Amino acid sequence: MSQSSKRPPPPAHVQQEARRKFLRSMLLGGMAVGGGLAGWLPVARAHDLRLRPPGAIAEDDFLAACIKCGQCVQVCPVEAIVLADLKDGFGMGTPYIPARDQACDFSCDAVQCILACPTGALTHELSKKEEVRMGVARLDKPDTCLARQGLGFKGAARGADFPGLHRYEAVDRWKPILVADHPYDLELCDLCVRECPIEGAIALVPMSTDPTDKRRTPEVRQSCVGCGMCEMICPTEPASIVIDSRSVWRPS
Amino acid sequence: MSLIQSLAIMLGREPTKPRPDEYEPEAQALHEAKRACKMTPEQRAEINRQTHDAHKVHTWRNRRWLTLLVVNLLFVASYHFDVQLIEGALTASRVIGFHFADLNSALQVTLAFKTILINLIIGTSTVLFMWWLLGGRSFCSWVCPYHLLAEIAEMLHLKLAAKKLVKDRQLHRRTRVVLYVIFAVSALASGYTVFETISPTGIVSRAMIYGPSWALTIVVFLLVLEVFYSRRLWCRYMCPIGITYAVVGAVSPLRVAYTPQDCHHEGECRKVCLVPHVLDVTKKGFAPSLHQGIGADCTRCGLCVDVCPTGSLKFEVKGLDKLL
Repeated sequence: MSQSSKRPPPPAHVQQEARRKFLRSMLLGGMAVGGGLAGWLPVARAHDLRLRPPGAIAEDDFLAACIKCGQCVQVCPVEAIVLADLKDGFGMGTPYIPARDQACDFSCDAVQCILACPTGALTHELSKKEEVRMGVARLDKPDTCLARQGLGFKGAARGADFPGLHRYEAVDRWKPILVADHPYDLELCDLCVRECPIEGAIALVPMSTDPTDKRRTPEVRQSCVGCGMCEMICPTEPASIVIDSRSVWRPS
Repeated sequence: MSLIQSLAIMLGREPTKPRPDEYEPEAQALHEAKRACKMTPEQRAEINRQTHDAHKVHTWRNRRWLTLLVVNLLFVASYHFDVQLIEGALTASRVIGFHFADLNSALQVTLAFKTILINLIIGTSTVLFMWWLLGGRSFCSWVCPYHLLAEIAEMLHLKLAAKKLVKDRQLHRRTRVVLYVIFAVSALASGYTVFETISPTGIVSRAMIYGPSWALTIVVFLLVLEVFYSRRLWCRYMCPIGITYAVVGAVSPLRVAYTPQDCHHEGECRKVCLVPHVLDVTKKGFAPSLHQGIGADCTRCGLCVDVCPTGSLKFEVKGLDKLL
């Protein structure tokens, strides 16, 4: 104590620099913390939940558990999984599936993304595609649905420039090909049913008892896993059928 | 220097000159001999020439940059050409199938998720062991892609500073400790990996592998600050990843060691160093012994080894010379 009291106070410019250094540290440190915490805003305000890869645990747990490494992205054979950007806040770097652009069609058979996840953000308790629940399909625009109008479909489902991939078992059991390279010629459009990777998840049902009435409506069943394949393949623009992320199936 | 001292200085304490009783007799004798010897103008000119020439040596920097690029490009190549050597990003990966997890990312996930994950235990143990062997913060300078960008920004900063166009404004080194605690607490309290939202290491690593993102604006903002406002702002004063690896490095056998016998104490090493407080020992009369590992915060970048005209700073593996 006696030592410090003997020492003269540092000169004014040293004191001033010390004060400035402190303020700078507070300001820039505060900016770093503020920048980090600002990531909460998009999470709190999000009304549309992202369609997460198969096996994703509850959204809040998912955001906590995901280590943002993208290993799920790397193993997906159709490259359906992309990483969220800055505007997802805390969700930055977490994987999601923009189903309209590229859906998960379970080309990998064994839910590879789940096996790749190092933290169990994609739960390791699933092993079959049928057990997955990413969301549920819903006929969003019944009026534009071709089947409901009794219409057929001819040509590439999403146009010649669409970059999306799909594994057609009849073409190549192992290798997904461009949807654009696989044109259709259908008397009645049943693309959502035809390309659904889950057996019995969606079916076309007649709209009247009249046997000459060609009109059919897509009916989503309980086994729907919400992979988004129907949303991707739907030829109307915008898609007549969409996935409600993280929704559960209810009888209509 | 004791481990406690080394850690305290890493955590922000200012290094001090050793107390008289802390000097070994040989070091004491060396300092006295150096003090007694007066240099002739010719000798001084010779030292200046040596110092000037030493700035042209970039052996370790080049090796380091090459390593950094190769490691990061292996991540990129593993994905794009399906080589499967290092899958994932710097936050977590599989190296030839084995789990690796960045210590700080794993900590953030564990605190936010509040679950002990077996893969992360495997991944962090492997990484902990690897970086204990390789020098702790050597992760920063030999692997972290932001470090390379920051080094380029630093060169720009120094060029501008030499022309008096910019000024380096220092921060408290404890800022980093405070941030470390805040980010750990906020992960625990909020249940989100808050730090990952701004971590330039994760952002740059993911951008290299998965393509550019808007998150890079955070990185650009930091680099602009580092060029125009404060030299090496992020790595010096803010990054919590640095603290995590510095703790590992404190007990690492791979280190830069200082031998004061030939040292001119001209201080070029401290001028190039990211963390100059670890080189306080190179000041005239500061070395308490004739052979001294430098502190925990050292990133083993080798800039001081390159710039030292007398070979007083060298990489060593502690105990290896005894073994051989």
